[in-house]
Amino acid sequence: MPPKSLKCKECQEEYPLEALYACSRCFGPLEVSYDSFVGRDPEELRRRIQAGPNTLWRYADFLPVSKPPVGALPTGMTPLIKAERLGKELGIDELWIKSETANPTHSFKDRVVAIALARALELGFDTFACASTGNLANAVAAHAAAAGVPAWVFIPSDLEKEKITATAIHGARVVGVEGNYDQVNRLCSEIANERDWAFVNVNLRPYYAEGSKTLGYEVAEQLGWKLPNHFVAPVASGSLHTRIGRAFDEWREIGLVDSPLPSMHGAQAAGCAPVANAFAEGEDLCRPVKPDTIARSLAIGDPADGPFALELARRTGGAIEAATDDEIREGISLLARTTGVFTETAGGVTIAVLKKLAERGSFGPGESVVAAITGDGLKTPDAISDSISFETVAPQFEAFEQLERVEVTA
Amino acid sequence: MSVTVKIPTQLREMTGGAAEVVAEGATVQAILDSVFSDFPALKDRLVDENGLRRFVNLYVGGEDVRFLDGLETAVEDGGELTVLPAVAGG
Repeated sequence: MPPKSLKCKECQEEYPLEALYACSRCFGPLEVSYDSFVGRDPEELRRRIQAGPNTLWRYADFLPVSKPPVGALPTGMTPLIKAERLGKELGIDELWIKSETANPTHSFKDRVVAIALARALELGFDTFACASTGNLANAVAAHAAAAGVPAWVFIPSDLEKEKITATAIHGARVVGVEGNYDQVNRLCSEIANERDWAFVNVNLRPYYAEGSKTLGYEVAEQLGWKLPNHFVAPVASGSLHTRIGRAFDEWREIGLVDSPLPSMHGAQAAGCAPVANAFAEGEDLCRPVKPDTIARSLAIGDPADGPFALELARRTGGAIEAATDDEIREGISLLARTTGVFTETAGGVTIAVLKKLAERGSFGPGESVVAAITGDGLKTPDAISDSISFETVAPQFEAFEQLERVEVTA
Repeated sequence: MSVTVKIPTQLREMTGGAAEVVAEGATVQAILDSVFSDFPALKDRLVDENGLRRFVNLYVGGEDVRFLDGLETAVEDGGELTVLPAVAGG
């Protein structure tokens, strides 16, 4: 499906497929629009996907770029894990975990960067950049290194040291901005006005957002060309949540799947819940907040796609809920104990909200649920370090036997 | 009371290419009115029948005016009002 134009989601004004992100008529967000998918033989499309590489590029027919640049980091096709023990604990009949920890830089952000950087190279940019809460910083730095292109990465200066290290090691210029993410983002919007750089989530944002669709396509393919009844995704800017919804909409329209659209639930941290607040209050717009949460990767107080996330959740019978810091830590631990997947704080938010929804009876008997675990726990170890039990012993068998007799309370 | 208004690239064709314009006024609303009277074509881009368009963000001294007093936020003489699209980031 060749991409046709960039189109404003507000007023439908069309623009060429360049590095543009906001409509100059109404300031609405621009989105990639494609020639109609209708009329294409779904069986032929399915064969093309199955014959493709074992990366997100197997879905190139539905993306604004047709192939990766030479040497691109292999991204996507992460495992979809049947979480029977966690499902049993939460009373969910069929629960799946989409583990994005398996991506090259251990978060779903590799997807958006893969597409944005491929398009940036096509457009002739020679410098990459981003505003990031951490995971995007890792991904931009690594993919830029693979492409041999310099990168400027802007993050809040008090970010987790693991994320700073995993970014700087790739040779990116890492700049800690003395402020929160929304201030980083504002600064980057101003820099993007003045520098001819490819800011993946500013002027390249329409292409970046398309990368998130591939998570949805993969889940549908991995479930045997069908959609789950429910999907739970974390919401920061709302871009991931809404693009998974778009992926499902597209495949339903083409006939690649004939399931109904899942209920699209969103998960936020209580310390930064502008979308969950608006959902609870029945508002269409999100009032911005000053974030205060351990879930740093979700700490966006002024979410760009907030209104669209609200619309998607309401349209599909989903809910957008928030979890406290303690619930987030419990969620991280619960997932690790029952599935062997260690998630960063954002995944703790997702599991905590999954638990709330399950307790409320949102998931009916026999219904399938997919939860997106968007990043690896090794990125945010400090969040749970206080709750980790660790024992030492002298290197003697008798000492071990004595230790063995001590009851450990979880 | 004169302040600097920073114009994003999307709107510079309305200001003859200028990245900054000078306006008069003591509040965000008064400053916007002053800008609109100098550059009438800008008004329709930023405001609709319900007021400020929903994807327009305004900052005074780097702070989002929604955390201050909205359109009634006071701006000091020599201060700065920044206009940016709200659709970046994430």
